[in-house]
Amino acid sequence: MKKLELLMDATALDRALTRVTHQVLERNPALDNFGIVGMQTRGVYLARRIAEKINTIEKTNFNAGILDVTLYRDDYRMALKQPEVKVTNIPFDITNKDLLLVDDVLYTGRTVRAALDALTDFGRPKTIQLAVLVDRGHRELPVHADYIGKEVTTFKNQEVALHVTEIDNEDSLWLMEIEEAD
Amino acid sequence: MALGIQHLLGLYDVSRSDIELILDTADSFYEVLQREIKLVPTLRGKTIVNLFYESSTRTRISFELAEKRLSGSPINFSSTGSSVTKGETLKDTIRNIAAMKIDMVVVRHNAAGVPLFLTKCTDAIIVNAGDGFHEHPTQALLDMLTIRQHFGKLEGLKVAIIGDILHSRVARSDAWGMKTMGMNVTLCGPQTLMPLHTESLGVRITDNMGEAMEGADVVMLLRLQLERQQSGLFPSIREYRENYGLDLDKLLTLPEHTVIMHPGPINRGIELASNVADCGRSIILDQVTNGVAVRMAVLYLLGGGEPGGHEDV
Repeated sequence: MKKLELLMDATALDRALTRVTHQVLERNPALDNFGIVGMQTRGVYLARRIAEKINTIEKTNFNAGILDVTLYRDDYRMALKQPEVKVTNIPFDITNKDLLLVDDVLYTGRTVRAALDALTDFGRPKTIQLAVLVDRGHRELPVHADYIGKEVTTFKNQEVALHVTEIDNEDSLWLMEIEEAD
Repeated sequence: MALGIQHLLGLYDVSRSDIELILDTADSFYEVLQREIKLVPTLRGKTIVNLFYESSTRTRISFELAEKRLSGSPINFSSTGSSVTKGETLKDTIRNIAAMKIDMVVVRHNAAGVPLFLTKCTDAIIVNAGDGFHEHPTQALLDMLTIRQHFGKLEGLKVAIIGDILHSRVARSDAWGMKTMGMNVTLCGPQTLMPLHTESLGVRITDNMGEAMEGADVVMLLRLQLERQQSGLFPSIREYRENYGLDLDKLLTLPEHTVIMHPGPINRGIELASNVADCGRSIILDQVTNGVAVRMAVLYLLGGGEPGGHEDV
């Protein structure tokens, strides 16, 4: 994959997350039954940052849960490479919670569909809201995000890649080109 | 990430990275088993035939649970009560079952090589659940998962496998798999219960139990297969117990961190004294729990992707 364009640097990324956090607080002023779940892999780090920001602003003590949806995907039989099954760890009961689901990129909507299925197996949340850092279009299912860090127009042969300090040693968001496999 | 193998016939030629991938995936499935709803939809719509020509409790229930928890549709076949009693051959049986459009076959048979034979009769994915005195790969994988969970690693650990090696497919799978993972394996049993050509296993062989257990991190006792002992391979069960059974006295000679394993079913009071089998150092029931996780991992990894898709990656 080739890097085409830097969409966000560390500062822009942090500002977007701060704005999303405030929007979340605006819609959920009480936070009584609130919970945050990040989707593997990079959604987890974004969820942790949003949780930290909420904790700083509201003096709360939220811990983001981790959700892996590999086993719930509908492309299990089509994928040439099997995605690695990762850990799910939601340290609170999601039943009757107002849940904030966090992912990095919203694309076809299939991962979100899988996440909704997975969450149903853990309990019955009162509401689920979706926050994504990037909405890149090309939806295949009727899914929309409640909070969006940035909207980006993309082609299908492109990919949007988030780098986070915890894994990639820097915070940045890139538009990439998928090179044709030989 | 994909397995280098299409069927799981044995551990003899499975690479270290494949074993690691299976164990890592099994760790994730172990987490699924701790959930309130122990069910994921991954194998939905896949039909799996459990073809058991030999009796089994653990392996069969464990495979069936694994299949159900992945939302697959298992069909159970046992040779008694089937057309096998009317003389239908194995090949005809499998070709007829395959004609009903199935995706995977889990097979146990008393003849070595049956799983390999089945790969030539059908396009379905074959998983060996024990064939003759040859291999029992999922048992060895769950043994390694249990050891890895307990010690946090496999490399360099010393394992003593004691008992009826001759009739044990578990011992062979363990020996090959554990050797691949860099473990130090010793097989121990009376010479009459040792296979010929043990050098091909590439592990240490001894007939002295004390020698085998010296410094061992894991001591695994094998079941004395009483149903296969008609020809007088050892003088008496009492003598076997004296020389190759693990009782409390022998347990006390082991280092304190050593754990006791057994693939089951146990002959209590023969290879394993009852109080040893139930003591705190026995991790036998962990093995059983892990059996489901390992089998889920194997079915998940073998069942996914497009058929023949491995070459394209």
